[in-house]
Amino acid sequence: MTEAQIKETLFKVLGRIAPEAHLDKLAPDANVRETLDIDSFDYLQFLIGLNEELGIEIPEADYGQLTTLADLIRYLSARVG
Amino acid sequence: MPSLGADMRAGTLIAWKVKPGDRVKRGDIIAEVETEKGLVEVEVFEEGVVDQILVQPGEKVPVETVLATIRSEGMPVTPAATVVGAAVKERAPTGAGPEARPSLEAPHPPSQPPERRIRVSPLARKLAAELGIDLSTVQGTGPHGAIERADVERAAAKRLAEKAPTPPVSEKPIPPMREKPAATEFQVGMRRAIAAAMARSNREIPHYYLETRIDMSRALHWLEAENQKRPIKERLLPVVLLIKAVARALGDVPELNGYWIDDRLQPQEAIHIGFAISLRQGGLVVPAIHHTDLKSLDELMEALRDLITRVRAGRLRSSEMTDATVTLTNLGDLGVEKVYGVIYPPQVALIGFGKIAEQPWAENGMIGIRPVLTATLAADHRATDGHQGGRFLEALNRYLQEVAKL
Repeated sequence: MTEAQIKETLFKVLGRIAPEAHLDKLAPDANVRETLDIDSFDYLQFLIGLNEELGIEIPEADYGQLTTLADLIRYLSARVG
Repeated sequence: MPSLGADMRAGTLIAWKVKPGDRVKRGDIIAEVETEKGLVEVEVFEEGVVDQILVQPGEKVPVETVLATIRSEGMPVTPAATVVGAAVKERAPTGAGPEARPSLEAPHPPSQPPERRIRVSPLARKLAAELGIDLSTVQGTGPHGAIERADVERAAAKRLAEKAPTPPVSEKPIPPMREKPAATEFQVGMRRAIAAAMARSNREIPHYYLETRIDMSRALHWLEAENQKRPIKERLLPVVLLIKAVARALGDVPELNGYWIDDRLQPQEAIHIGFAISLRQGGLVVPAIHHTDLKSLDELMEALRDLITRVRAGRLRSSEMTDATVTLTNLGDLGVEKVYGVIYPPQVALIGFGKIAEQPWAENGMIGIRPVLTATLAADHRATDGHQGGRFLEALNRYLQEVAKL
C-alpha cells in the first residue's frame, strides 16, 4: 500500500467522523485532533475505522505517537503490508 | 406534538412511521419530528391502533398540537381515541396485560396526578406541576376538552389574581411561543432553546458549587490493563468509568437525582444520566442514558456509542430528550480543568468533569505525580445542602478508587 493510498484511507475514515472538515486543507504537521475538534470518543471511532479498513490494531500505548497526519501516515506505512 | 424539553416550542413533522390501522405498543417509534435540537424519533406511550393521522409531513406545529389519534383495542373508531402528541392515557380493559404502567420509566418527569380521565398535554402537566396548579380545577379548551398549556397559564394567572400573594415558583417559566419569528435556522433555534433553559436556571435555581480532586491513577491502571486485553472495538473510554461512578454515587445520595417541581424535591428512583454531547455544528444536546446504574461498563460504552452516533446523525428518541434525572458534562477533552455547570431545570444537580492531567499530589507525607481529575458538583440549594453534595463527591471518589467493582 502506497502512502497516497494510506492517506486516502485516512481521509475516508476522518471524513466519516468529521464530515464538515476540509481535509485537503489539513497540514501534515497539524495536530489532527485539535484541528478537526475530535474528542476522545471520535478518536476511538477513528481508530476503529482504521482497524476496519487496514486491519491494524493500534494499542493504546501508541496513541501518543499519532498526533499529526504525517505521524499517522508514517505509523501506518510501517505496519501495512 | 410532544414537548421534548422545557425549551421546545414547536416541531415539524418529518415522516410518519405508522399508518391508520397499524397496531402500536409502548416504546414504538411512530414518527420523526424536526426540532430545534435536531431530528427526534417520537415514541408512543400507549397501546392500541392508529386511528387518524392529523398532521402531515412537512407541517410545523406548536407543542401540544394533536398529531394523530390512537384508539384502544376494541374501541369504536374515532370518538374517544387517545390523542398522540397531546398524549392522554385512556385504556379500555382489554385484559391484555396488567394495567399499571412500568414504574421505572415515567415518560415525563413530574408527579402524575391520579388519572381521572383528565386530558392533559404533557407540557401542561409539567407546567401545572411546576406552578402548583391542581389539574382537576383547570378548564380544558383543547380537543375533547384536553387541558393545554394556555389553560394552565390562565389558571395560574387567575389564582395569582385571587390570592395576590408572593408569586409561586416563577412568574412564567417558559416564554410564550407565539411570538417566535419565522426564522427557522437550526443553529439560531438551538441557541434560543439553550438560552431559554439556561436563563430560567439562573433565574430560579440557587446554585451551590463543590469541587474535589480525584486521584485517577488506580482507575487508569485498571483501565489500561483491561483495554490491553480487548480488541480495539471493545475498548473502554475513561468517561465510561466516570458515568458509572456517578450513577453509583447517586445511588448513595439519591437527593441529587430528581426534580424540583411543585416547590419540593422529587427524587427519582430510576437514574437516567443526561450526558452532554456537543454538536459539530455548534450547540449541544443532553440525551438520557436510561437506567445508567443498572448497566455494566460494556453496556454503558455501547449505550454511549449508540447515543453519540445518533446525536451526531440527528436521530434521538423522544424519551431520551425528556427523561434525564441529572446531568453529566465532561469537558476534559478540551483541556478544561474544572466545570462550573448550570443545572438543567427541573433537575437539581449537574456533575462536571475536567481533564485528567498529571499534577503534584501529596499523600502520606510524600509528594508524587498523579493523574488527577477535578470533579465539580453544581446543585440546587433549594433541594439539597452542601453536606449532601459533599457526601456525593466523597462517594464518587470512593467508587473511582475501586473501579473493578463498578
